[in-house]
Amino acid sequence: MSYNMTNVLGILFANTHEGSVPELSAKRTMASIPFGGRFRMVDFLLSGMSNSGMSKVGIITRTNYQSLLDHIGSARPWDLSRNDGGLTLLTPFGRNNQDNGLFKGKLDALYSCLSYIRHTGCEYAVLSDCDLVINPDFTHLVDEHIASGADITAVCHTDDYTEEETRDAACFKLNGSKIEAVAVNRQASGRLTMDLNIYVMKTSLLISLVDDLVSLGKYSFSRDVLQEKCGELNMHAYEFSGFYRRICDIESYYRANMALLCHDNLAKLVSSDRPIYTKDRADAPAKYGFNSQVTNSLVANGCVIEGVVENSILFRGVKVAKGTVIKNSILMQDTVVGRDTSVMNIITDKNVTIGDGLTVASSENCPLYIAKGRVL
Amino acid sequence: MNNKKECVAMLLAGGQGSRLYALTKKVAKPAVPYGGKYRIIDFPLSNCVNSGIDTVGVLTQYQPLVLNDYIGNGQAWNLDRVHGGVHILPPYQTASGAQWYEGTANAIYQNLSFIDRYDPEYVVILSGDHIYKMDYSKMLNFHKEKGAECTIAVIDVPIHEASRFGIMFAHEDGSVYDFVEKPKEPKSTLASMGIYIFSYKTLKKYLIENELDTSATKDFGKNIIPSLLEHGERVFAYRFDGYWKDVGTIDSLWDANMELLAVNVDLDLYDTSWRIYSNNDSAAPHIIGKNAKIQSSMVTNGCYIDGTVDTSVVSGGVTVEEGALVQYSVLFPGAVIKKGAVVEYAIVGENSVICENAHVGAAPETIENKDEWGVAVVGQDITVSEGASVAPKQIISESI
Repeated sequence: MSYNMTNVLGILFANTHEGSVPELSAKRTMASIPFGGRFRMVDFLLSGMSNSGMSKVGIITRTNYQSLLDHIGSARPWDLSRNDGGLTLLTPFGRNNQDNGLFKGKLDALYSCLSYIRHTGCEYAVLSDCDLVINPDFTHLVDEHIASGADITAVCHTDDYTEEETRDAACFKLNGSKIEAVAVNRQASGRLTMDLNIYVMKTSLLISLVDDLVSLGKYSFSRDVLQEKCGELNMHAYEFSGFYRRICDIESYYRANMALLCHDNLAKLVSSDRPIYTKDRADAPAKYGFNSQVTNSLVANGCVIEGVVENSILFRGVKVAKGTVIKNSILMQDTVVGRDTSVMNIITDKNVTIGDGLTVASSENCPLYIAKGRVL
Repeated sequence: MNNKKECVAMLLAGGQGSRLYALTKKVAKPAVPYGGKYRIIDFPLSNCVNSGIDTVGVLTQYQPLVLNDYIGNGQAWNLDRVHGGVHILPPYQTASGAQWYEGTANAIYQNLSFIDRYDPEYVVILSGDHIYKMDYSKMLNFHKEKGAECTIAVIDVPIHEASRFGIMFAHEDGSVYDFVEKPKEPKSTLASMGIYIFSYKTLKKYLIENELDTSATKDFGKNIIPSLLEHGERVFAYRFDGYWKDVGTIDSLWDANMELLAVNVDLDLYDTSWRIYSNNDSAAPHIIGKNAKIQSSMVTNGCYIDGTVDTSVVSGGVTVEEGALVQYSVLFPGAVIKKGAVVEYAIVGENSVICENAHVGAAPETIENKDEWGVAVVGQDITVSEGASVAPKQIISESI
């Protein structure tokens, strides 16, 4: 049972669940959706893997991955620019004109990458989606997986959920920590143990499952592995108890961002001993003008604020002119708001420009989304 | 391997910066924080990269730990290059003995073999003492056009300040005919900015000659430049008229930070065409809490501000608790200002803690005798205990 974390391969699925936030993923992957003032969704899982000592991570992409490639670059910010291993982007891989490489599920996606997975020589693999805002310690997860003797360990969280939250998720029926049954996309509500889509298993098991099931035309990890093999394989549930948020629609995206305005939450998510890394842009510090009034907000470098900002999240390079009021809003990178304008309950995507003397508002808890580059 | 470079920069970063007192007790002057997220050395390094100079030797001597760590492999400034890039050059031991850098000229002399590796036509000599944005490639073009052996960047200073600088006397075409280091009664206002471009062959010749002269002090301003002029070499003054600030004293460092908060800033840090890069650890955006009041200030990532911040520069990872007041001050990275504490007209060093109800500094209008007023300074890693006070102009380097 001797291993170290460099012997654990990380595999991230960049595109899964992006249908649940069609606005934000229109021109990008789930993994590259901006979050929390300066991050992108992929930063959380990727930083977690890097902080846990994992040195080989593959990101499987399907479509719209230009923004992700741009964000990741050489992977140096995550300390995953390595001679041996490091970060590998696994783009769709069409085979002999038979298909365009656009897989349907995780299993056929992994099938395209089997040579990469084998080549890494890692003994264990951690699989995850990129729809979580989380700072996980994979060392503890892999330790517990090995100690439990399970074939597959799935990370889950027990809580009161709504139908919206379970619409695109699996839920477990547990006996102790053993998974006894799996319900997929049941759209149930109440107290449930929900799958967070992070799994650990031996690489050899992963390869044989993928080989066997894809040859039978199967592609879904949750249906064809978790659900179908539930009796056959020993599946262990790992209850995650730290701070996390899952993005399952634009409202949950909005609420998850706003949760960071609570200092405790932010401190749990981004701690100095387990930082969340991201691509830096060399912006100057944020500048507050004479008579600016800012309360209860998260503000990134490069912002210039001369107006009033309350309960809002300002990504880097946002400009708020004099006489303008921003409330309960998320303004992404380089949003510019002119003078004497009022912005309430709004999410602006990158590079949105809002002119002078306007009122742009939506009702509370029902944020209105303004697409990338729009000029109002 | 072809390592040839047209131009190599040598950055003198070994200075102690003794006039910054407690702020340079643990770090060399070029590593002193400035403008919220920068350190002084970011300016010459970024200028090099933006000017197309990709090979920079950084000469260190005094307290190099933080500086070495900060520069790392130079990636933050895009200076992690296959050929060239940034190189840290500490003093070293040779078969004939070990020697510290004795003066600016001697420091370059001891590293001639580093420069020789790149076989350059020109060498730029820089210091890590100033805040400015400058395109060295324009100065290099000037140097070439004039057929100069040495070009010195100069800036017009007020006549009453001229005695602090090396003062140039130049003809209309820019050729320098005299140079006086820190004159008591200055007759010109053309001050040397401490930025030199040399044709390398000439530089090397004069450095070797100066080294053989045991009576010389081995300094560019005192020895090399006068010697060039004495021998009738073509020395030119290159006029620079942008923002340039010496931050070698407590007052000038505080001033330079306050100048960033003006409505019309002379030094535009938000200009994307000439970015100033810095090596920052990753931190979340800063949180402005429910009780915060903040205006006319700069705040960096990783801060938590729940008190009042007015006309101040706040570096990364700083905490200002509810009920604390910070005004006309500069807070270095990681400083903590606790509930009820007041920090005004002050500089608080890295990771120092100002405890509950402590009072640091005072507004000039509250002091009757203006000679007793000055910026208060709390050094690095210091605790100012509950209810304690630090008087204006006071500099503390031990916890109180």
